Amino acid sequence: MKIIVCIKQVPDTKGGVRFNEDGTLNRGAMLAIMNPDDKAGLEAALQLKDKYGAEVTVLTMGLPKADDVLREALAMGADHAILVTDRVLGGADTWATSTTIAGAIRNLDYDLIITGRQAIDGDTAQVGPQISEHLDLPVISYTQSIEIDGEYVIVKRMYDDRYHMVKAKMPCLLTALAELAEPRYMTPGGIWDAYDTEVTVWGRADLKDVSDDNLGMKGSPTKIAKASDKVRKGQGEQVILDTQESVEYLMGKLDEKHII
Amino acid sequence: MALEEYKGVYIYAQQVDNKVNNIAFELIGEAKKLAADLGTEVTAVLIGSDMMPLTKDLAEAGADKIIVVDDPELKEYRTEPYTHALASVINEFKPDIMLVGATAIGRDLGPRVSCRVKTGLTADCTQLDIGDFPLKPIPNQEQLHNQLLMTRPAFGGNTIATIACPYNRPQMATVRPGVMQALPREAGRTAEIIEFNPGFTPDHKYVEILEVVKNTGNVVDIQDAKILVSGGRGVGSPENFAILDDLADAIGGVVSCSRAVVDAGWKPKDLQVGQTGKTVRPNLYMAIGISGAIQHLAGMEESDLIIAINKDESAPIFEVADYGVVGDLNKIVPELTKAIRAFKAKKAD
Repeated sequence: MKIIVCIKQVPDTKGGVRFNEDGTLNRGAMLAIMNPDDKAGLEAALQLKDKYGAEVTVLTMGLPKADDVLREALAMGADHAILVTDRVLGGADTWATSTTIAGAIRNLDYDLIITGRQAIDGDTAQVGPQISEHLDLPVISYTQSIEIDGEYVIVKRMYDDRYHMVKAKMPCLLTALAELAEPRYMTPGGIWDAYDTEVTVWGRADLKDVSDDNLGMKGSPTKIAKASDKVRKGQGEQVILDTQESVEYLMGKLDEKHII
Repeated sequence: MALEEYKGVYIYAQQVDNKVNNIAFELIGEAKKLAADLGTEVTAVLIGSDMMPLTKDLAEAGADKIIVVDDPELKEYRTEPYTHALASVINEFKPDIMLVGATAIGRDLGPRVSCRVKTGLTADCTQLDIGDFPLKPIPNQEQLHNQLLMTRPAFGGNTIATIACPYNRPQMATVRPGVMQALPREAGRTAEIIEFNPGFTPDHKYVEILEVVKNTGNVVDIQDAKILVSGGRGVGSPENFAILDDLADAIGGVVSCSRAVVDAGWKPKDLQVGQTGKTVRPNLYMAIGISGAIQHLAGMEESDLIIAINKDESAPIFEVADYGVVGDLNKIVPELTKAIRAFKAKKAD
């Protein structure tokens, strides 16, 4: 079985968000990590590899420094890594991104494609389903568990108040929830091997069946009209009182606002 | 096809188990505002099996037209037949704007449909306006009018971006549940009903649903609550949430929580407020033992009134709280519960 896992390098918002003096995000001061949902997807692929035997290829689109997350994936146990990078691919929205990734995947053999549900920087959850549409594959989003049954996958997919057990014929695309699998640690041997393994680098010319009109910022249907830092409402009152006074203070406010 | 030929504001009227979801009414409310600015109508697209009984709800909520795609293949939500249904409606009726709820279903359906009809999609919008693109005139670039300007948070709520889709139609957005306002129901209001069936032939993209398992727990939707008593890691243990349950009971609210609490396994994901949980906008949000990570604030800062109780006076939650009390929640919360009960008992006399 051949599995492709799509991963993305994202700034880590969990370890505290850093701002520049002018209030803009200081991306340079934040760690770049493998997107958590993608990492869970990679772990799920590695578990399928352990259980059924599989060849796992990780693929990312990004700047050359995204090599870091590919090395991490190799150290975790992925077999091959592909970096899609080209100046003309920059500024892509989800349409142009999914077009690019689908163009890269057309060069590969696969039974299963796994992407994270969403990335913590954009939070769109769009690229996975869009890749599946470009490749004319079935998609199962919000995957919480995966079993293989011959040429079929049986997937538990989550919705708000329920889950579906879904059966789909491979090849198909799954989007992974962070809950899907707890990522393993890199092993020292794995890290050693990771830096010995060659990362395949592809550019625009390597994308199959893709028109220039659908790539990069120019090929993105959505355009940013304005971007700004979130304006938060001003701080209200803050009091430090003893317990009884605190309760009286809160009761006064709840009464005044007609809550009670 | 010329972009001007695309007309009208359309919403995807999500239903599950043949019951229209609240998000559909919220979208109709917002679509009415956009349609008024554009001088056009609001069309709801209803997709499922045995859908006719649901049209009344949508008409009374403000839809001018309702396109019904009714087919036995559409009984349970599945990506493929639903994508075919909505994409076919778009290709046939050519809407200017297509809004979908940013629910689990909408975030699966939206990207697939936008891709099939070859247009852009802006995810998780929290504000929609009609305006110009570019916002201000730029030399050598035509300024387009009557564009949909879609505003959304990104980067875990740290930045906010306004996005347009100037050269493709329809302009598509998914809209975060709980943000837009539904209109008051107008009993007896009717809408034009249009039946449309593009034909459904199962192919390799139709997955098979083996089983549907509904969450049998006592599920309350925290997005519907007027008062939320929300606990964070500072509550200390799952058992200690009992003091929040008591407070919620006394004040007439519902208990919700932060991501840390869900990650620790103390509470189910349904109760999580924040960027990766639910957006809530209650009349009162009580943040108890919640430090206020930016992702949490993104899900609750639009609440009408925010009260925070936290032992750490520098916790970021105090930056959005109208009233913040620095202190020990284990002492304050039970006393507050008692005081509210006494107050209400006295008022009832």
